[in-house]
Amino acid sequence: MRHLLTTDGLDLADATAVLDTADELKRTLLGREVRKLPTLRGRTVITMFYESSTRTRVSFELAGKWMSADVVNVSAGGSSVGKGESLRDTALTLAAAGADCVIVRHPASGAAHRLAGWLAEAGTSVVNAGDGTHQHPTQALLDAATLRERLGDLAGRRIAIVGDVLHSRVARSNVHLLATLGAEVVLVAPPTLLPAGVAGWPVTVSHELDAELPAVDAVMMLRVQAERMHGSYFPSAREYSISYGLSEARLRLLPEHAVVLHPGPMLRGMEIASAVADAPQAAITEQVRNGVHVRMAVLYHLLAGEEEGRGS
Amino acid sequence: MSRVLIKGARCYGEGDPVDVLIADGVIAEIGSPEAAGDTEVIDARGQVLLPGFVDLHTHLREPGREDTETVESGSAAAALGGYTAVFAMANTDPVADNAVVVEHVWRRGRETGLVDVHPVGAVTVGLAGERLAELGTMARSEAGVRIFSDDGHCVADPLLMRRALEYSTSLGVLVAQHAEEPRLTVGAQAHEGERAARFGYTGWPASAEESIVARDCILARHAGARLHVCHVSTTGTVDVLSWAKERGTRVSAEVTPHHLLLTDERLATYDPVNKVNPPLRADADVERMRQALADGVLDCVATDHAPHAVQDKDCEWAAARPGMLGLQTALSIVVRTMVEPGLLDWRGVARVMSERPAEIAGLPDQGRPLAEGEPANVVLVDPEAGWTVRGTELASIAANTPYEGMRLPAVVSATLLRGRITSREGKID
Repeated sequence: MRHLLTTDGLDLADATAVLDTADELKRTLLGREVRKLPTLRGRTVITMFYESSTRTRVSFELAGKWMSADVVNVSAGGSSVGKGESLRDTALTLAAAGADCVIVRHPASGAAHRLAGWLAEAGTSVVNAGDGTHQHPTQALLDAATLRERLGDLAGRRIAIVGDVLHSRVARSNVHLLATLGAEVVLVAPPTLLPAGVAGWPVTVSHELDAELPAVDAVMMLRVQAERMHGSYFPSAREYSISYGLSEARLRLLPEHAVVLHPGPMLRGMEIASAVADAPQAAITEQVRNGVHVRMAVLYHLLAGEEEGRGS
Repeated sequence: MSRVLIKGARCYGEGDPVDVLIADGVIAEIGSPEAAGDTEVIDARGQVLLPGFVDLHTHLREPGREDTETVESGSAAAALGGYTAVFAMANTDPVADNAVVVEHVWRRGRETGLVDVHPVGAVTVGLAGERLAELGTMARSEAGVRIFSDDGHCVADPLLMRRALEYSTSLGVLVAQHAEEPRLTVGAQAHEGERAARFGYTGWPASAEESIVARDCILARHAGARLHVCHVSTTGTVDVLSWAKERGTRVSAEVTPHHLLLTDERLATYDPVNKVNPPLRADADVERMRQALADGVLDCVATDHAPHAVQDKDCEWAAARPGMLGLQTALSIVVRTMVEPGLLDWRGVARVMSERPAEIAGLPDQGRPLAEGEPANVVLVDPEAGWTVRGTELASIAANTPYEGMRLPAVVSATLLRGRITSREGKID
């Protein structure tokens, strides 16, 4: 892999390799007092966040640091971006300064792909940490890692993705990755929160959460952003919660082995009941934990030379 | 005045090759005229003679964005593309919403002299969609404005549109609508469909165009006014136009070359050179645009030539400005999409690129028959030649062509404006 920009077109071999490496790294680090591998010593990783983020940025930063890379964080607010510098110039500047890998989050769909194009000559790898409403591939990979831990092989498993699919890069990334891994995906959302053209996706679509829950192995709840509340996508937060929220009653509709995921940050009481978020079925903190290992694995596959062994 | 003898061309690509003598700005003789001493001879064997093209929709960016195009550079692009008249849209800076600006553009066109530059006046002050600009003053100005449009913006307020249409009837001018219901396209980046959904671009729904076209056809009919619809892009709009035309509404419509050729498949490039408003649509829409242009439901081709600076395109998609160059590639795209598949013959090309647009705009000396005594606004096309598009080699200052590197058919070998050669063999004369 040269870049990780999207799960759309990420082949089974590459996806599996990343997930297997993440497992291996997790096992390696388990119980270690010093969580530091020398794998990426001398490599420079720059995170470039044009949107606020806590978990993703921290997760990437830790992933780099635990592998001994030099990690530098750039945020749009405190840099020349605030002075009106273009994305292209910022990217070229960071590459010229010596970045081996740029991890970018940007509000514009396609921004990571553009960056990869501009940095082709410099040879810098690009990781998409979320671009607009397009893709967030490491989120899908960490979701898959979490599901594999709980459910084993995902082939033939049925996963419901519930909520604001229209505006969700998490949903788009998961739809493609889960399809590649052989899982069936059902999207559950009001018609207003499904993109026109969803018919072409490798999914089924439903507007009835209750009808879907008994048959799924996992349910992935999407965050409802505050700005959607006033966009007439649904009449009220209350009605949304009643129709599409994962309540305690709905938790009981799920099979016993089913897993509940949420990419965070959660709106407790809105898309997910507080008790559900803390229930044993919920794997939300595991998602965060796996996030670091998955991102380590991604950096490993992008940056570690062939001659270097796995990080143990 | 100099004389030009075009030897061996076929008018409209029909019949036997003829020699056409042009003198004193008119077609003096068709047949076997003699070349006198000072006559410039163009060897046009195997070439097609057509009336000069008329573009109802172009952005020359002057005043305001002379870093991307000027009246001079845009006129050169037009002459090289076979155009003898272009309409320069009003969304300049300052906006062409008053007599001073339209007269400036008109005068710059005259000074350049490569193509008749007709300024389009804004419908509303500052294109803000709030109150009517002084249409009468602009119409009566030296520029003689005959088309008004807020292009780039839709005259979305139905009452304002009604008033504009009603008022236009007293001036004998035409309102051209950029049909886009703004409430349906907030944040829109790409054609609403499977591809935009996949790439995470906010959708620009077909209904945003169709609902405005339907509304405006109804308003125009009640007002007894003419209406022109800019850059039609959807199947549904063609249906609405068919319906309106069948019941006698005085509506005309244009389609751009890019909507005849390109689809939202281009989204996969992530390259905003493909970003345009209205957006590149689905395959079925492109098919329908071609059919409707052949059938006459769509009256003409207009380029929506839209130069943009590198920094406004070499950025992330959402930050990029919409629009693409079109003047020099229009004919070739029409040949590729309409002539090669057999949807139009050369007489059809003359109709959609010259005669109908001239008629819609009310230009008495453009889009005229190739006949003795007619004004010599003509273009000579080599139908067998081809060329490879290079943005930096186009006459426009900007280079944002979506056809970069493409091999296209048909070459404009000469353009004559009132008998004067304005471009020849790809060079400005």
